Amino acid sequence: MVIRHAVASVSACMTIAVPILAPACPDIPIPKPRRDCAAGLQVKIKRARMSETARELTKDEARALLEAVGRDRDMAAFEALFRHYGPRIKAYMARLARDGSVAEELMQETMIAVWNKAAQFEPGRGNVSTWIFTIARNLRIDAYRKTRRPDFDPNDPAFVPDDSPPADAAVEERQEAERLRNAMAVLPEEQLELLRLSFFNDCSHSSIAERLNLPLGTVKSRIRLAFAKLRTALEDGQ
Amino acid sequence: MTIRHHVSDELLLAYAAGTLEEGWRLAVATHLALCPDCRKRLSLMEDAGGQLLEEIVPEPAMATSFERLRQRVLEKSAPVRPASAAARPAAPARAAAPVLPEPLRSYVGGDVETLKWKSLGRGAYHIPIRTDDGTTMVRLLRIPAGKPVPEHGHGGRELTLVLSGSFHDGETLFARGDLEEADASVQHQPVATPGEDCICLAVTDAPLKFRSWLVRLVQPVLGI
Repeated sequence: MVIRHAVASVSACMTIAVPILAPACPDIPIPKPRRDCAAGLQVKIKRARMSETARELTKDEARALLEAVGRDRDMAAFEALFRHYGPRIKAYMARLARDGSVAEELMQETMIAVWNKAAQFEPGRGNVSTWIFTIARNLRIDAYRKTRRPDFDPNDPAFVPDDSPPADAAVEERQEAERLRNAMAVLPEEQLELLRLSFFNDCSHSSIAERLNLPLGTVKSRIRLAFAKLRTALEDGQ
Repeated sequence: MTIRHHVSDELLLAYAAGTLEEGWRLAVATHLALCPDCRKRLSLMEDAGGQLLEEIVPEPAMATSFERLRQRVLEKSAPVRPASAAARPAAPARAAAPVLPEPLRSYVGGDVETLKWKSLGRGAYHIPIRTDDGTTMVRLLRIPAGKPVPEHGHGGRELTLVLSGSFHDGETLFARGDLEEADASVQHQPVATPGEDCICLAVTDAPLKFRSWLVRLVQPVLGI
Protein backbone atom coordinates (compact mmCIF):
# COMPACT_ATOMS: atom_id res chain seq x y z
CA MET A 1 0.00 0.00 0.00
CA VAL A 2 2.71 2.40 1.04
CA ILE A 3 4.61 1.71 -2.14
CA ARG A 4 1.52 2.17 -4.24
CA HIS A 5 0.91 5.54 -2.58
CA ALA A 6 4.44 6.61 -3.29
CA VAL A 7 4.15 5.62 -6.93
CA ALA A 8 0.84 7.44 -7.24
CA SER A 9 2.24 10.64 -5.79
CA VAL A 10 5.33 10.44 -7.96
CA SER A 11 3.26 10.15 -11.11
CA ALA A 12 1.01 12.92 -9.87
CA CYS A 13 4.06 15.14 -9.59
CA MET A 14 5.13 14.48 -13.13
CA THR A 15 4.07 17.23 -15.42
CA ILE A 16 4.18 14.99 -18.45
CA ALA A 17 1.82 12.10 -18.80
CA VAL A 18 2.97 9.56 -21.31
CA PRO A 19 0.03 7.29 -21.93
CA ILE A 20 1.56 5.18 -24.61
CA LEU A 21 5.13 4.14 -24.34
CA ALA A 22 6.91 3.19 -27.48
CA PRO A 23 9.06 0.08 -27.16
CA ALA A 24 12.60 0.79 -26.04
CA CYS A 25 13.84 0.54 -29.58
CA PRO A 26 11.31 1.52 -32.23
CA ASP A 27 11.60 0.32 -35.77
CA ILE A 28 14.46 1.98 -37.52
CA PRO A 29 14.21 2.42 -41.24
CA ILE A 30 17.21 0.66 -42.63
CA PRO A 31 18.99 2.99 -45.01
CA LYS A 32 19.73 1.58 -48.40
CA PRO A 33 23.31 1.72 -49.48
CA ARG A 34 23.84 4.79 -51.60
CA ARG A 35 26.85 4.06 -53.67
CA ASP A 36 25.87 5.16 -57.15
CA CYS A 37 26.38 8.77 -58.16
CA ALA A 38 22.71 9.54 -58.78
CA ALA A 39 21.74 8.52 -55.27
CA GLY A 40 24.66 10.46 -53.85
CA LEU A 41 23.52 13.54 -55.72
CA GLN A 42 19.99 13.15 -54.37
CA VAL A 43 21.35 13.04 -50.85
CA LYS A 44 23.24 16.27 -51.51
CA ILE A 45 20.15 17.97 -52.88
CA LYS A 46 18.11 16.80 -49.93
CA ARG A 47 20.73 18.13 -47.55
CA ALA A 48 20.90 21.43 -49.34
CA ARG A 49 17.12 21.73 -48.97
CA MET A 50 17.33 20.89 -45.31
CA SER A 51 19.92 23.53 -44.67
CA GLU A 52 17.66 25.96 -46.55
CA THR A 53 14.94 25.39 -43.94
CA ALA A 54 17.58 25.75 -41.26
CA ARG A 55 18.54 29.08 -42.80
CA GLU A 56 15.10 30.43 -41.93
CA LEU A 57 16.85 31.35 -38.71
CA THR A 58 20.56 32.02 -38.52
CA LYS A 59 22.48 31.21 -35.36
CA ASP A 60 22.84 34.90 -34.57
CA GLU A 61 19.13 35.51 -35.04
CA ALA A 62 18.26 32.57 -32.81
CA ARG A 63 20.62 33.92 -30.17
CA ALA A 64 19.10 37.40 -30.34
CA LEU A 65 15.58 35.97 -30.09
CA LEU A 66 16.42 33.83 -27.08
CA GLU A 67 18.08 36.78 -25.35
CA ALA A 68 14.96 38.89 -25.98
CA VAL A 69 12.83 36.16 -24.40
CA GLY A 70 15.10 35.95 -21.37
CA ARG A 71 15.57 39.67 -20.89
CA ASP A 72 12.22 41.17 -21.94
CA ARG A 73 9.82 38.18 -21.89
CA ASP A 74 9.33 39.09 -25.56
CA MET A 75 6.36 37.07 -26.83
CA ALA A 76 6.99 37.83 -30.51
CA ALA A 77 10.56 36.56 -30.17
CA PHE A 78 9.25 33.47 -28.40
CA GLU A 79 6.83 32.86 -31.24
CA ALA A 80 9.62 33.12 -33.81
CA LEU A 81 11.64 30.56 -31.85
CA PHE A 82 8.59 28.34 -31.64
CA ARG A 83 7.93 28.54 -35.40
CA HIS A 84 11.46 27.34 -36.05
CA TYR A 85 12.15 24.89 -33.23
CA GLY A 86 8.66 23.66 -32.27
CA PRO A 87 8.20 21.39 -35.32
CA ARG A 88 11.79 20.17 -35.03
CA ILE A 89 11.41 19.31 -31.35
CA LYS A 90 8.13 17.60 -32.16
CA ALA A 91 9.84 15.50 -34.83
CA TYR A 92 12.55 14.59 -32.30
CA MET A 93 9.93 13.56 -29.73
CA ALA A 94 7.94 11.67 -32.37
CA ARG A 95 10.87 9.28 -32.84
CA LEU A 96 9.84 7.67 -29.55
CA ALA A 97 6.19 8.62 -29.11
CA ARG A 98 3.86 6.74 -31.42
CA ASP A 99 0.99 8.96 -30.42
CA GLY A 100 1.30 12.37 -32.09
CA SER A 101 -0.36 14.09 -29.13
CA VAL A 102 2.40 12.80 -26.84
CA ALA A 103 5.06 14.27 -29.13
CA GLU A 104 3.08 17.53 -29.21
CA GLU A 105 2.86 17.62 -25.41
CA LEU A 106 6.58 16.90 -24.94
CA MET A 107 7.33 19.64 -27.48
CA GLN A 108 5.16 22.08 -25.51
CA GLU A 109 6.89 21.12 -22.27
CA THR A 110 10.26 21.75 -23.94
CA MET A 111 9.17 25.18 -25.19
CA ILE A 112 7.84 26.06 -21.71
CA ALA A 113 11.26 25.15 -20.31
CA VAL A 114 12.87 27.33 -23.00
CA TRP A 115 10.67 30.24 -21.87
CA ASN A 116 11.42 29.66 -18.19
CA LYS A 117 15.16 29.16 -18.59
CA ALA A 118 15.86 31.68 -21.36
CA ALA A 119 17.50 34.10 -18.89
CA GLN A 120 20.00 31.40 -17.95
CA PHE A 121 21.28 31.04 -21.52
CA GLU A 122 24.80 32.40 -21.76
CA PRO A 123 25.27 33.58 -25.34
CA GLY A 124 29.05 33.27 -25.14
CA ARG A 125 28.95 29.68 -24.05
CA GLY A 126 26.87 27.75 -26.47
CA ASN A 127 24.61 27.97 -29.42
CA VAL A 128 20.85 27.96 -29.27
CA SER A 129 20.28 24.69 -31.11
CA THR A 130 22.61 22.84 -28.70
CA TRP A 131 20.93 24.45 -25.72
CA ILE A 132 17.45 23.54 -26.91
CA PHE A 133 18.55 20.05 -27.89
CA THR A 134 19.84 19.35 -24.36
CA ILE A 135 16.60 20.62 -22.80
CA ALA A 136 14.52 18.42 -25.12
CA ARG A 137 16.81 15.45 -24.55
CA ASN A 138 16.59 15.71 -20.76
CA LEU A 139 12.81 16.01 -20.89
CA ARG A 140 12.65 12.97 -23.14
CA ILE A 141 14.85 10.93 -20.79
CA ASP A 142 12.71 11.92 -17.81
CA ALA A 143 9.51 11.08 -19.65
CA TYR A 144 10.60 7.63 -20.79
CA ARG A 145 12.93 6.40 -18.09
CA LYS A 146 11.72 5.94 -14.57
CA THR A 147 15.20 6.34 -13.12
CA ARG A 148 17.21 9.23 -11.84
CA ARG A 149 19.40 11.08 -14.37
CA PRO A 150 22.79 11.50 -12.66
CA ASP A 151 24.74 14.51 -13.93
CA PHE A 152 27.90 16.35 -12.92
CA ASP A 153 27.50 19.58 -10.96
CA PRO A 154 29.82 22.51 -11.83
CA ASN A 155 29.15 24.03 -8.38
CA ASP A 156 30.33 20.95 -6.51
CA PRO A 157 33.61 21.63 -4.60
CA ALA A 158 35.01 18.35 -5.97
CA PHE A 159 34.30 19.41 -9.58
CA VAL A 160 37.52 19.94 -11.56
CA PRO A 161 37.13 23.13 -13.63
CA ASP A 162 38.71 23.68 -17.01
CA ASP A 163 41.87 25.69 -16.39
CA SER A 164 42.72 26.40 -20.01
CA PRO A 165 42.49 30.16 -20.66
CA PRO A 166 39.11 31.12 -22.12
CA ALA A 167 39.38 32.33 -25.70
CA ASP A 168 37.23 35.16 -27.00
CA ALA A 169 34.21 33.01 -26.28
CA ALA A 170 31.56 34.66 -28.43
CA VAL A 171 33.66 34.93 -31.59
CA GLU A 172 35.21 31.51 -31.05
CA GLU A 173 31.77 29.99 -30.49
CA ARG A 174 30.42 31.42 -33.71
CA GLN A 175 33.37 30.19 -35.76
CA GLU A 176 33.21 26.75 -34.19
CA ALA A 177 29.50 26.41 -34.89
CA GLU A 178 30.15 27.30 -38.51
CA ARG A 179 33.04 24.84 -38.83
CA LEU A 180 31.03 22.08 -37.17
CA ARG A 181 28.14 22.63 -39.56
CA ASN A 182 30.44 22.48 -42.55
CA ALA A 183 32.18 19.37 -41.26
CA MET A 184 28.87 17.62 -40.69
CA ALA A 185 27.70 18.51 -44.17
CA VAL A 186 30.54 16.47 -45.67
CA LEU A 187 30.40 13.46 -43.32
CA PRO A 188 29.76 10.23 -45.22
CA GLU A 189 26.08 9.32 -45.14
CA GLU A 190 26.79 6.03 -43.34
CA GLN A 191 28.39 7.90 -40.45
CA LEU A 192 25.73 10.60 -40.35
CA GLU A 193 23.02 7.95 -40.29
CA LEU A 194 24.61 6.36 -37.24
CA LEU A 195 24.71 9.71 -35.47
CA ARG A 196 21.03 10.29 -36.25
CA LEU A 197 20.09 6.86 -34.94
CA SER A 198 22.17 7.42 -31.81
CA PHE A 199 20.73 10.85 -31.08
CA PHE A 200 17.12 10.42 -32.14
CA ASN A 201 16.15 6.80 -31.57
CA ASP A 202 16.60 5.50 -28.08
CA CYS A 203 18.78 2.60 -29.17
CA SER A 204 21.94 1.07 -27.82
CA HIS A 205 24.77 0.69 -30.30
CA SER A 206 24.41 -3.07 -30.20
CA SER A 207 20.75 -2.83 -31.22
CA ILE A 208 21.67 -0.38 -33.97
CA ALA A 209 24.25 -2.93 -35.15
CA GLU A 210 21.58 -5.62 -35.20
CA ARG A 211 19.10 -3.46 -37.10
CA LEU A 212 21.61 -2.38 -39.71
CA ASN A 213 23.03 -5.88 -39.89
CA LEU A 214 26.52 -4.60 -39.12
CA PRO A 215 29.10 -5.97 -36.70
CA LEU A 216 29.15 -3.98 -33.45
CA GLY A 217 32.83 -3.21 -34.11
CA THR A 218 31.87 -1.47 -37.37
CA VAL A 219 29.27 0.66 -35.63
CA LYS A 220 31.82 1.69 -33.01
CA SER A 221 34.55 2.44 -35.52
CA ARG A 222 32.19 4.56 -37.64
CA ILE A 223 31.25 6.57 -34.56
CA ARG A 224 34.92 7.08 -33.74
CA LEU A 225 35.69 8.06 -37.32
CA ALA A 226 32.85 10.56 -37.41
CA PHE A 227 33.93 12.34 -34.23
CA ALA A 228 37.59 12.20 -35.17
CA LYS A 229 36.67 14.12 -38.34
CA LEU A 230 34.55 16.65 -36.49
CA ARG A 231 37.28 17.22 -33.91
CA THR A 232 39.91 17.63 -36.63
CA ALA A 233 37.71 20.13 -38.46
CA LEU A 234 37.42 22.24 -35.31
CA GLU A 235 41.12 22.03 -34.48
CA ASP A 236 42.18 22.91 -38.03
CA GLY A 237 40.34 26.18 -37.79
CA GLN A 238 42.16 27.30 -34.67
CA MET B 1 45.85 15.95 -11.96
CA THR B 2 46.35 14.26 -15.28
CA ILE B 3 43.73 11.80 -16.35
CA ARG B 4 45.08 9.23 -18.79
CA HIS B 5 42.13 6.95 -19.37
CA HIS B 6 39.02 8.58 -20.76
CA VAL B 7 35.47 7.72 -21.78
CA SER B 8 35.31 6.09 -25.21
CA ASP B 9 33.48 7.89 -28.02
CA GLU B 10 30.72 5.26 -28.08
CA LEU B 11 30.01 5.60 -24.39
CA LEU B 12 30.21 9.39 -24.43
CA LEU B 13 27.87 9.52 -27.42
CA ALA B 14 25.32 7.38 -25.56
CA TYR B 15 25.60 9.84 -22.66
CA ALA B 16 25.17 12.84 -24.99
CA ALA B 17 22.20 11.21 -26.69
CA GLY B 18 20.60 10.36 -23.35
CA THR B 19 20.45 6.63 -24.04
CA LEU B 20 22.76 5.43 -21.29
CA GLU B 21 21.16 3.48 -18.43
CA GLU B 22 21.42 4.98 -14.96
CA GLY B 23 24.29 2.78 -13.67
CA TRP B 24 26.64 3.51 -16.60
CA ARG B 25 25.54 7.11 -16.61
CA LEU B 26 26.56 7.48 -12.96
CA ALA B 27 30.12 6.34 -13.76
CA VAL B 28 30.41 8.53 -16.87
CA ALA B 29 28.94 11.60 -15.13
CA THR B 30 31.36 11.19 -12.21
CA HIS B 31 34.31 10.88 -14.60
CA LEU B 32 33.08 14.02 -16.41
CA ALA B 33 33.07 15.91 -13.08
CA LEU B 34 36.82 15.20 -12.85
CA CYS B 35 37.76 15.51 -16.52
CA PRO B 36 37.58 18.86 -18.40
CA ASP B 37 38.89 17.15 -21.57
CA CYS B 38 35.95 14.78 -21.75
CA ARG B 39 33.52 17.61 -21.01
CA LYS B 40 34.94 19.38 -24.05
CA ARG B 41 34.38 16.26 -26.14
CA LEU B 42 30.86 16.07 -24.71
CA SER B 43 30.12 19.66 -25.81
CA LEU B 44 31.19 18.81 -29.33
CA MET B 45 28.79 15.87 -29.36
CA GLU B 46 25.95 17.97 -27.98
CA ASP B 47 26.68 20.57 -30.66
CA ALA B 48 26.37 17.77 -33.21
CA GLY B 49 23.04 16.81 -31.61
CA GLY B 50 21.88 20.42 -31.89
CA GLN B 51 22.95 20.56 -35.52
CA LEU B 52 21.05 17.33 -36.29
CA LEU B 53 18.00 18.86 -34.62
CA GLU B 54 18.30 21.81 -37.03
CA GLU B 55 18.33 19.40 -39.95
CA ILE B 56 15.60 17.01 -38.79
CA VAL B 57 12.53 16.85 -41.06
CA PRO B 58 10.09 19.03 -39.09
CA GLU B 59 6.78 17.67 -37.85
CA PRO B 60 4.08 20.36 -38.09
CA ALA B 61 2.77 21.50 -34.72
CA MET B 62 -0.99 21.50 -34.13
CA ALA B 63 -2.79 24.54 -35.51
CA THR B 64 -3.62 25.88 -32.06
CA SER B 65 -0.25 24.92 -30.66
CA PHE B 66 1.28 28.35 -30.19
CA GLU B 67 -1.88 29.87 -28.74
CA ARG B 68 -2.00 27.08 -26.17
CA LEU B 69 1.70 27.50 -25.43
CA ARG B 70 1.25 31.25 -24.98
CA GLN B 71 -1.57 30.69 -22.48
CA ARG B 72 0.49 28.18 -20.58
CA VAL B 73 3.62 30.29 -20.20
CA LEU B 74 1.61 33.37 -19.22
CA GLU B 75 -0.35 31.38 -16.64
CA LYS B 76 2.60 30.06 -14.75
CA SER B 77 5.34 32.35 -15.88
CA ALA B 78 8.34 31.97 -13.64
CA PRO B 79 10.08 35.15 -12.50
CA VAL B 80 13.14 36.03 -14.53
CA ARG B 81 16.17 34.56 -12.85
CA PRO B 82 19.78 35.62 -13.35
CA ALA B 83 22.03 33.45 -15.45
CA SER B 84 24.36 32.46 -12.66
CA ALA B 85 23.76 29.72 -10.17
CA ALA B 86 23.49 32.36 -7.44
CA ALA B 87 20.21 30.85 -6.27
CA ARG B 88 22.01 27.72 -5.11
CA PRO B 89 23.13 27.53 -1.53
CA ALA B 90 26.88 28.07 -1.39
CA ALA B 91 28.87 24.92 -0.76
CA PRO B 92 30.00 24.79 2.85
CA ALA B 93 33.61 25.84 3.21
CA ARG B 94 35.80 22.85 3.90
CA ALA B 95 39.45 22.16 4.40
CA ALA B 96 39.66 19.92 1.35
CA ALA B 97 37.44 19.10 -1.57
CA PRO B 98 35.45 15.88 -1.11
CA VAL B 99 36.97 12.69 -2.49
CA LEU B 100 33.69 11.66 -4.09
CA PRO B 101 32.40 14.19 -6.63
CA GLU B 102 28.75 14.66 -7.52
CA PRO B 103 26.66 12.90 -8.68
CA LEU B 104 28.30 9.95 -6.92
CA ARG B 105 28.40 11.55 -3.46
CA SER B 106 24.63 11.91 -3.33
CA TYR B 107 24.19 8.33 -4.51
CA VAL B 108 26.20 6.93 -1.61
CA GLY B 109 24.90 9.50 0.87
CA GLY B 110 28.13 11.27 1.81
CA ASP B 111 31.87 11.47 1.34
CA VAL B 112 34.32 8.64 2.06
CA GLU B 113 34.77 9.26 5.79
CA THR B 114 31.06 8.78 6.49
CA LEU B 115 30.64 5.54 4.55
CA LYS B 116 29.68 2.23 6.10
CA TRP B 117 31.81 -0.34 4.28
CA LYS B 118 30.84 -4.01 4.13
CA SER B 119 33.61 -6.55 4.30
CA LEU B 120 34.29 -8.80 1.32
CA GLY B 121 37.00 -10.68 3.21
CA ARG B 122 40.78 -10.44 2.71
CA GLY B 123 40.73 -6.78 3.61
CA ALA B 124 38.49 -5.73 0.71
CA TYR B 125 35.27 -3.81 1.26
CA HIS B 126 32.35 -2.65 -0.81
CA ILE B 127 29.16 -0.59 -0.70
CA PRO B 128 26.38 -1.57 -3.08
CA ILE B 129 24.74 1.46 -4.73
CA ARG B 130 21.08 1.26 -5.62
CA THR B 131 20.00 2.21 -9.13
CA ASP B 132 16.61 1.69 -10.72
CA ASP B 133 17.57 0.66 -14.23
CA GLY B 134 17.39 -3.04 -13.40
CA THR B 135 20.26 -3.88 -15.74
CA THR B 136 23.41 -2.71 -13.99
CA MET B 137 25.13 -3.53 -10.75
CA VAL B 138 26.88 -0.59 -9.15
CA ARG B 139 29.12 -0.47 -6.12
CA LEU B 140 31.99 1.30 -4.49
CA LEU B 141 35.00 -0.97 -3.94
CA ARG B 142 37.88 -0.56 -1.52
CA ILE B 143 40.86 -2.74 -2.40
CA PRO B 144 43.59 -2.96 0.25
CA ALA B 145 46.96 -1.44 -0.73
CA GLY B 146 49.11 -3.86 -2.71
CA LYS B 147 46.37 -6.48 -2.99
CA PRO B 148 44.69 -7.81 -6.14
CA VAL B 149 41.02 -7.89 -6.97
CA PRO B 150 40.39 -11.59 -7.68
CA GLU B 151 41.03 -12.29 -11.37
CA HIS B 152 37.82 -12.19 -13.30
CA GLY B 153 36.35 -12.12 -16.77
CA HIS B 154 33.05 -10.44 -17.49
CA GLY B 155 29.60 -11.48 -18.48
CA GLY B 156 29.41 -8.09 -20.18
CA ARG B 157 30.78 -4.60 -19.91
CA GLU B 158 32.53 -3.30 -16.82
CA LEU B 159 33.42 0.29 -15.98
CA THR B 160 35.85 1.04 -13.19
CA LEU B 161 36.44 4.63 -12.12
CA VAL B 162 39.29 5.30 -9.69
CA LEU B 163 38.44 7.82 -6.97
CA SER B 164 41.31 7.42 -4.53
CA GLY B 165 44.63 5.57 -4.58
CA SER B 166 45.42 3.71 -7.79
CA PHE B 167 45.67 0.27 -9.33
CA HIS B 168 47.70 -1.47 -12.00
CA ASP B 169 46.09 -3.68 -14.58
CA GLY B 170 49.05 -5.46 -16.13
CA GLU B 171 51.45 -2.65 -17.04
CA THR B 172 48.82 0.04 -17.08
CA LEU B 173 48.31 2.42 -14.16
CA PHE B 174 44.89 3.77 -13.27
CA ALA B 175 44.72 6.71 -10.85
CA ARG B 176 42.10 9.20 -9.67
CA GLY B 177 39.69 10.07 -12.45
CA ASP B 178 40.86 7.29 -14.75
CA LEU B 179 38.13 5.15 -16.24
CA GLU B 180 38.75 1.56 -17.31
CA GLU B 181 36.32 0.11 -19.81
CA ALA B 182 36.40 -3.68 -20.12
CA ASP B 183 34.12 -6.01 -22.05
CA ALA B 184 33.36 -9.72 -22.11
CA SER B 185 36.61 -10.55 -23.92
CA VAL B 186 38.86 -9.16 -21.20
CA GLN B 187 40.50 -11.25 -18.52
CA HIS B 188 42.26 -8.89 -16.22
CA GLN B 189 43.73 -8.61 -12.78
CA PRO B 190 43.76 -5.17 -11.23
CA VAL B 191 46.18 -4.82 -8.30
CA ALA B 192 45.98 -1.88 -5.88
CA THR B 193 49.20 0.15 -5.76
CA PRO B 194 51.10 -0.35 -2.47
CA GLY B 195 50.94 2.44 0.07
CA GLU B 196 47.28 3.37 -0.19
CA ASP B 197 43.94 1.58 -0.40
CA CYS B 198 42.25 2.03 -3.75
CA ILE B 199 38.66 3.23 -3.81
CA CYS B 200 36.85 2.86 -7.09
CA LEU B 201 33.37 2.83 -8.52
CA ALA B 202 32.57 -0.39 -10.38
CA VAL B 203 29.63 -0.84 -12.72
CA THR B 204 28.84 -4.14 -14.39
CA ASP B 205 25.89 -5.40 -16.35
CA ALA B 206 26.14 -8.95 -15.18
CA PRO B 207 27.56 -10.69 -12.12
CA LEU B 208 31.32 -11.08 -12.46
CA LYS B 209 32.53 -14.55 -13.40
CA PHE B 210 35.35 -15.39 -11.06
CA ARG B 211 37.76 -18.02 -12.24
CA SER B 212 38.36 -19.90 -9.07
CA TRP B 213 35.59 -22.37 -8.22
CA LEU B 214 35.99 -21.42 -4.57
CA VAL B 215 35.32 -17.76 -5.24
CA ARG B 216 32.45 -18.75 -7.54
CA LEU B 217 31.00 -20.77 -4.70
CA VAL B 218 30.88 -17.84 -2.28
CA GLN B 219 30.01 -15.25 -4.96
CA PRO B 220 26.23 -15.43 -4.34
CA VAL B 221 26.82 -15.14 -0.60
CA LEU B 222 29.01 -12.05 -0.95
CA GLY B 223 26.74 -10.54 -3.54
CA ILE B 224 29.56 -9.76 -5.97
